[in-house]
Amino acid sequence: MTAFFQGLGLPFAAAWTISTICGILLIALPVMLAVAMVIYVDRKVWASMALRRGPNVVGPFGILQSFADGLKVFLQETIIPSAANKGLFLIAPIITFTVALLAWAVIPFNSGAILANINVGLLYILAISSLGVYGIVIAGWSSNSKYPFFSAMRASAQMISYEVSIGFILVCVVLWANSFNLNDIVKAQHGFGLGFINGFWCSPLLFPMWVMFLISSMAETQRAPFDLTEAESELVAGYQTEYSSMAFALFWLGEYGNVLLMCALNATLFWGGYLPPVELAVLYLIPGWIWLILKIAFGFFVFSWVKATVPRYRYDQLMRLGWKIFLPVSLLFVFLVSGYLMATGHFA
Amino acid sequence: MVDLIQYLPILIFLGIALALSTAFVFLPMGAARLTGTHNPTADKLAEYECGFPAFEDPRSQFDVRFYLVAILFIIFDLEAAFLFPWAVSLKQTGWAGWATMMVFLAELVLGFIYAWKKGALDWE
Repeated sequence: MTAFFQGLGLPFAAAWTISTICGILLIALPVMLAVAMVIYVDRKVWASMALRRGPNVVGPFGILQSFADGLKVFLQETIIPSAANKGLFLIAPIITFTVALLAWAVIPFNSGAILANINVGLLYILAISSLGVYGIVIAGWSSNSKYPFFSAMRASAQMISYEVSIGFILVCVVLWANSFNLNDIVKAQHGFGLGFINGFWCSPLLFPMWVMFLISSMAETQRAPFDLTEAESELVAGYQTEYSSMAFALFWLGEYGNVLLMCALNATLFWGGYLPPVELAVLYLIPGWIWLILKIAFGFFVFSWVKATVPRYRYDQLMRLGWKIFLPVSLLFVFLVSGYLMATGHFA
Repeated sequence: MVDLIQYLPILIFLGIALALSTAFVFLPMGAARLTGTHNPTADKLAEYECGFPAFEDPRSQFDVRFYLVAILFIIFDLEAAFLFPWAVSLKQTGWAGWATMMVFLAELVLGFIYAWKKGALDWE
């Protein structure tokens, strides 16, 4: 894109800056739009699974429901509780939303279509998603109220527990791709299974890792069945209890932004990212970003399918799953994958 | 050599994302004052506790297990941090690198078994 702006007669620095800002807006605005649409899709999917209609009043098939909700919260009063630490109280939603947007900088949308093609892309995503804990902890602490505080404690313990096993799962993928660069990881999946299936999921050693990554990402984003942080019957609305207006909505946007990011990571790391699912010349006629969006959409459907059908876990079950099952199993697979690669010399 | 210019787009993105979310927080506060919905009262600003006045300080004691989880997290996350550079250079370091890391992992697994037997991972 820099070349296009240079062609208009701009010097390189100006052309680079303009094209970078365009790239950022091309990522941030569709992500926010996608979050609004995905909330609507989520509600529609739960509704159909419960034989209800779901939102169907605002716009055709209720498609504008999220925008109506957005307008409503925008015009609401922002309530800052008198006992709250006001500065921190307002910073928390800012952190949550900023972090949810930032991680998208390194997702490859097509071969070469990536905002920052850095060598340590996967490490960057891990770092940024760890920062998400701060938004929640600060929200719970600064509210100075019981339910948000308990919810923040639960949320932070849950998120860091599953981050450990996500780290080990990613090590397995990195071992196989021999790179942290997300573009290289996608390229390593080219013709991975039997020479024509694109994606790490079809390897017997990486398929269990994919299943564990999917479950861990649900726990990491506090989606049902792991949504103990906002278990209504005990904790009201969790760490968002004291929030109102757009500050409340930013937590929602951030939460769904993280869910979409996890679906994008799932697609990029295990399902071949912007590559078509199988090696066929015809399928390459469809641009790569459409394949990525289709894979993200399917991943999101799985998320809402699980939310609609699986009952909520207990907290001790959640911690047992994370520490006593996922951690040892993912550690075992680091051993198995690295041993297999060393024995066969099968590096990408 | 790390080319820091690669990270400049991320810095610009950080600025834009911060500006966007700050605007999202503060614009409605201004809009509420213009439209007249801004009307704080003492009861509205009290913390939420199912209609009662708050019984005690919310920042009270909590379960020590949350500390345990945090400590265990530090150990295993550091372990993962050691695994990352090893994972990308396994091709170069060969069997020696592999065996060294397996010894390191085995020691950590011993510690993990100890924590398990001591009941640090139980949550009841």
